[in-house]
Amino acid sequence: MAYDKFNTLKSSAVPLPIENVDTDQIIPARFLKATERKGFGDNLFRDWRYNGDGTEKKDFVLNNPTYSGKILVGGKNFGSGSSREHAAWAVYDYGFRCVVSSFFADIFRNNCLNIGVLPVQVSADFLDKILKAIEADPNATFEVSLPEQTITIESSGESESFDINAYKKANLLNGFDDIDYLLNIQKEIKEFASDRPL
Amino acid sequence: MNTKKTLFDKVWDSHVVQHIENGPDVLFIDRHLVHEVTSPVAFLGLKTRGIKVMHPEKTFATADHNTPTINQHLPVEDPLSANQLRMLEENSNEFGISYWGLGHEKNGIVHVVGPEYGITQPGATIVCGDSHTSTHGAFGAIAFGIGTSEVEMVLATQCIMQTKPKSMRINVEGSLNRGVTPKDVALYIISQLTTSGATGYFVEYAGQVFRDMTMEGRMTVCNLSIEMGARGGMIAPDEKTFEYVKGREFTPTGAAWDKAMAYWETLPTEEGAEFDKEITFNAADIEPMITYGTNPGMGIGISNGIPQADAVEGGVATYKKSLQYMNFSEGDSMMGKPIDFVFLGSCTNGRIEDFRLFTSLVKGRQKAPNVTAWLVPGSHKVEKAIKDEGLLAILNDAGFELREPGCSACLAMNDDKVPAGKYAVSTSNRNFEGRQGPGSRTLLASPLVAAAAAVTGKVTDPRELMTEMVAG
Repeated sequence: MAYDKFNTLKSSAVPLPIENVDTDQIIPARFLKATERKGFGDNLFRDWRYNGDGTEKKDFVLNNPTYSGKILVGGKNFGSGSSREHAAWAVYDYGFRCVVSSFFADIFRNNCLNIGVLPVQVSADFLDKILKAIEADPNATFEVSLPEQTITIESSGESESFDINAYKKANLLNGFDDIDYLLNIQKEIKEFASDRPL
Repeated sequence: MNTKKTLFDKVWDSHVVQHIENGPDVLFIDRHLVHEVTSPVAFLGLKTRGIKVMHPEKTFATADHNTPTINQHLPVEDPLSANQLRMLEENSNEFGISYWGLGHEKNGIVHVVGPEYGITQPGATIVCGDSHTSTHGAFGAIAFGIGTSEVEMVLATQCIMQTKPKSMRINVEGSLNRGVTPKDVALYIISQLTTSGATGYFVEYAGQVFRDMTMEGRMTVCNLSIEMGARGGMIAPDEKTFEYVKGREFTPTGAAWDKAMAYWETLPTEEGAEFDKEITFNAADIEPMITYGTNPGMGIGISNGIPQADAVEGGVATYKKSLQYMNFSEGDSMMGKPIDFVFLGSCTNGRIEDFRLFTSLVKGRQKAPNVTAWLVPGSHKVEKAIKDEGLLAILNDAGFELREPGCSACLAMNDDKVPAGKYAVSTSNRNFEGRQGPGSRTLLASPLVAAAAAVTGKVTDPRELMTEMVAG
């Protein structure tokens, strides 16, 4: 389904400086039983966020009112493991519009792009700078510009550019999705399919 | 410019409907496998748009992730699970897709039944809303896991938009040591590359070890490609592949078979073709593996100790957090660590050869009293073979019972959950925190290592129990 447009986002950020955050942590399998795409934010990072009895784990960042914002900053190899798009849905439903890491797992990155959450891959050095900026001031703000393909630490003005392919960029800027595109080339697909052996 | 093509290039390039400049390729998909967990929202999307499934005859649905492994003849108790299963059945009926639900003779784990019925074929493009779709690469197919938006995309248009990944060849030369199985080969490779070492790549496995491997072993290896970060891994089709595929229900016959064979034989990577990255390992360096941490890259040879934090790649804090979760310490030996559960099954190790291997080691022994063992066949076909070959009688004599097919404790969506703090030696694919139930602690290993743990109640080198048997 088509999604929100993404252009420029200015926000504070929530730091989660852990490596190899897998999609089982982002949303455990037992919460994948829904048949509609809603409510997943409630169980985002469920087992890091809550004790077995449902009480909050005070030391987890999402339970710390000091940190808030629409940007989630994760460690290297963010989103590895299961292909569950529910992980991206949970990130979105909680209120994040952008995830920053020094390295993303492929499927999670695609899933984010397909629902309008922008994955921003930065260098390990710049990730460190972002985390230090949040450490110095939890209300530190960042500007993510999709048109410019840059992320800027507003307090210092330091900026780094990020990659995104031109097709996906246009989709995000306009709120289009891949199915819109594919339905427009149906004739070509049908011709291609007509002489497939399988 | 090098004009020699790789297996991956040949299959990919022949499926490109359109290349978008500075963007992805539109890739035609030959086979789309569907299960109950990642499909409902995709079908909902089709209904919202008012469109049909473009090629229902190329689409196959089975229920596996969210199914009980006992009393499958009774109604599913959990209302949410029952609803999800009912949705898949209704959607399959509405859109004209063949549906192998609970109780159907062809039911089983999607990546086990695909090959069993000949849906999986060399040179094909295969997707499924499940990251272990890479399993099917064992046949020389391009097979990879996708998200639900992409499931909807493929249902609607039989195409997916993907940027062509880079290519990597992983060679393992020589012959495997005694007691070393395909699972150990894969866990070894992942331990060397890390869980992100192949991200952005599609892998081809080559070398004597894979040539010598059975089709089921190749499936185990390709299955675990995603655990090194790769979208998929593939192995060149050969006589073993053709022999396996021949005569199955969805395999071409007659003139169509001859035509398919003529094409399949052209697929292997040409001599001199180049890969973006190439790595070679020596089979002699691999011993039975076991994981000690909370990602599949945290694996060691079973006789080794847990590495020191400063000896591993990545952050020390993340490493220590992982060991703390497992309640292990740097330098600990894995051997002798007490365990509580053993899980034999999953799309990684739930095939008949896995059950043969497990049975060969527990034969004449008894399950340790402190161990709860879940033996879950990958499909009804596997279940039937276990009975027909007499394995079940041997397993029963040794104190083991057989459950009904499904994904089961691999992801613990159903009731097969390992309790908090307990240790499970598991033949599945992921040892993430809580993967097998909240607070569960998973040690990934081969069916042989699982069998050794099941009869001794602790982590045990299977080679110590293998004096009278032939290596797996």
